Amino acid sequence: MGPRAEVLLWLAQRASAAVLAACVAIHLATMIYAVQGGLSAAEILGRTRGNVSWLAFYAVFVLAAAIHAPIGMRSVIREIVGWRSRSLDLALCAFAVAIAWLGWRAIAGLFR
Amino acid sequence: MSLAARLRGRTHAAYIAFLIHRLSGIGLAVFLPLHFLALGQAIQGPQALDGFLDWSRQPLVKAAEAGLVLLLAAHLTGGLRVLAIEAGSTRAMTRAVISLGLAASLAIALMFLLGVWS
Repeated sequence: MGPRAEVLLWLAQRASAAVLAACVAIHLATMIYAVQGGLSAAEILGRTRGNVSWLAFYAVFVLAAAIHAPIGMRSVIREIVGWRSRSLDLALCAFAVAIAWLGWRAIAGLFR
Repeated sequence: MSLAARLRGRTHAAYIAFLIHRLSGIGLAVFLPLHFLALGQAIQGPQALDGFLDWSRQPLVKAAEAGLVLLLAAHLTGGLRVLAIEAGSTRAMTRAVISLGLAASLAIALMFLLGVWS
């Protein structure tokens, strides 16, 4: 991967980190609030079903995580394992797609 | 670099902050697909989701959940510190800021834990 692509990855990592900082703070606050008194499917689905704001927030959250996590893992694997070939980038692209697909699938299930 | 100097570096607060950020990142990256798979139970209807929620009420699972909240909070505070350093803040490099981030992370995990058991 050339220097230009490396810079783009760095920028994507930092931009997604900025989005995630806000999303994670809101997610943590929601979790602490939501678990009071225990969770049930009815309570969770009552909050999420048909809630477009909730859908938009978590769609962005998943996208940012799908960008951020594979780029972070790329640095860790390159430094620790020494795997630096193109196959690593392809494997991490697959990881990014898997996170996005699983995340959006879960969101769709909670929204419908 | 001598062994003593290398060991000294690895007990430095900034190195510990780096290690926590990295380990929490790995933990979260491994957990994320599992989290989405579990939430995907909702696709099979409320009964399937309730079945998963019942399973998650076991004390060990609750403890693991609190651990994950701690990882998330630690990665958040560590990440904010990295962004601040890259934006030019020298204050973010200090031991006090690292301690504050860790204390905030522990407080968040504790709040979650107390809520879980309420």
